[in-house]
Amino acid sequence: MKKKNRTIKVDYLARVEGEGALHIEIKENQVSDVKLKIFEPPRFFEAFLRGRDFKEAPDITARICGICPVAYQMSAVHAMEKALGIQVQGPLRDLRRLLYCGEWIESHTLHIYMLHAPDFLGYEDAVQMAKDHKDVVERGLQLKKVGNEIVSLVGGREIHPVNVKVGGFYKVLAKTEFDHLKERLKWARDAALETVKWSSRFDFPAFDQDYEYVSLSHPDEYPFNEGRIISNKGLDIEAQEFENNFREDHVEYTNALHSVLIDRGSYFVGPMARFNLNFDQLSPLAKESAKESGIGDHCHNPFQSIVVRSIEVLYACDEALRIIESYEKPDQPSVDFEIQEGVGAACTEAPRGLLYHRYKIDEEGQILDARIIPPTSQNQKTIENDLWQFVPKHLDLPQEKLTWQCEQAIRNYDPCISCATHFLKLDIVRS
Amino acid sequence: MNQLTNHMTQGIFIVGVGNQYRHDDGAGLEVVRRIKKLREDIECVEQSGEGVQLMDTWKERNHVILIDAVSSSKAPGTLHCINANKEPLPKNWFSCSTHNFGVAEAVEMSNVMDTLPVTLQIFGIEGNCFDPGEGLTPEVEQAVNRVVEQIQSIVDGEQ
Repeated sequence: MKKKNRTIKVDYLARVEGEGALHIEIKENQVSDVKLKIFEPPRFFEAFLRGRDFKEAPDITARICGICPVAYQMSAVHAMEKALGIQVQGPLRDLRRLLYCGEWIESHTLHIYMLHAPDFLGYEDAVQMAKDHKDVVERGLQLKKVGNEIVSLVGGREIHPVNVKVGGFYKVLAKTEFDHLKERLKWARDAALETVKWSSRFDFPAFDQDYEYVSLSHPDEYPFNEGRIISNKGLDIEAQEFENNFREDHVEYTNALHSVLIDRGSYFVGPMARFNLNFDQLSPLAKESAKESGIGDHCHNPFQSIVVRSIEVLYACDEALRIIESYEKPDQPSVDFEIQEGVGAACTEAPRGLLYHRYKIDEEGQILDARIIPPTSQNQKTIENDLWQFVPKHLDLPQEKLTWQCEQAIRNYDPCISCATHFLKLDIVRS
Repeated sequence: MNQLTNHMTQGIFIVGVGNQYRHDDGAGLEVVRRIKKLREDIECVEQSGEGVQLMDTWKERNHVILIDAVSSSKAPGTLHCINANKEPLPKNWFSCSTHNFGVAEAVEMSNVMDTLPVTLQIFGIEGNCFDPGEGLTPEVEQAVNRVVEQIQSIVDGEQ
């Protein structure tokens, strides 16, 4: 190829939740610059929470993101419960897992069907895809709706659930109230199985990378709310050690902070990290489906994350059914506790990966300090690294095609930039 | 366009879209909250703007009025009234709403899936400030008042 300076300029990144900006520069057929620019509302929310009552944290932080409010609520309540020295066990703990199942189904299905699949099937967006694949889109819409129904039933409301509180729930349901949902989940599990089969047949660019995957890990279950933070390269810590092991670097071109592992650099959170680190904890059906899909028990190509996400939807349906079948209504909707001063940190597994919250509260329960690190800002550097690797291998592509594939490479991470920013404009510049 | 069928819910349904922690992005939510205080006979709901959720919200509804903040370089507080059954929505107007599969995409997708309400009116309130924080700017506050009045007139006119 003739050597040349190119500036690929694309100023809009579609189908990424929220908005931000990406800028890539190519000089003499070498990538010379990759910048993912995002702004970060959690910084605003950290300040906003100071001086508020500890009980407000779950509902306020749920507003950071319209797609994953449950994740923010769960990290908030667990961190607060650490600060207050309380533990939520038994059916209340199970209900929290059930609520999280609902959010994974909702959020993953939205990304799989509405945002990511059009890339692989060659459509500009899901609306264009629906014109040719109405049945498939209908399946996605119905599957997502089952996730909404779980969140609505357990969380009290589909958007920004209001039933979650520190110590448990405001109100808990009787077993019979889950009867209808149980039938819906049986359909959803079949639809999720079809989703794995469907997505695994897409054509994926070869792009296996050597990542450091980071996720929660629990000895008895696929991780949602609890576990140690582990990696495939030796990390094994409790959530309260997070800030001793991870550092947020301020980067000049973005308002978001780049989270890195101290002395090691970028790392990878989200479905692929969970899958690779916790495959053995998946349900038998999810494991079998992973094997049949060709993914097997590990995946190192982020373009195949759509299949891993589909497997997690299947697992979430399976797990939700298991919880509902064994559920018995607890005696009280939340545990009793005394307010005390303290510091508490917790991570839970948001659909997009590890979500860290830390709070310091005084003896009256007033929040003195808050720290929130969303998964997208943790993946930001890894996304940039992918583009540094991906672009040089595809420089012979026409401008439009290369741009599209770069956007697709970003969408692999389902970046919820609304958790980390508001506006996204993408610039790929060739000069 | 859908035909009104027996299983469709009658009456006007109000959907307010936005994020109250994004200043003017909360305009749609504020409209709904004020209507709820003024009128018990009007059915209202708040939404984040996630498109699939919106599709589900208006599915099998006869007449829906949706209110959202928009950004189209017009003067703050400008009111855009769109009949979504008849004219396409400019996608970039609603980029200030939470997500990229948002209002405009939900309307288009509902059209393809044949699930649009018989009547879908959209009030877009031109925002001024979408930074993190609470409270509406004065022009948007005034526009919210106008929309609340207009919606009541529409509802009263149909009864």
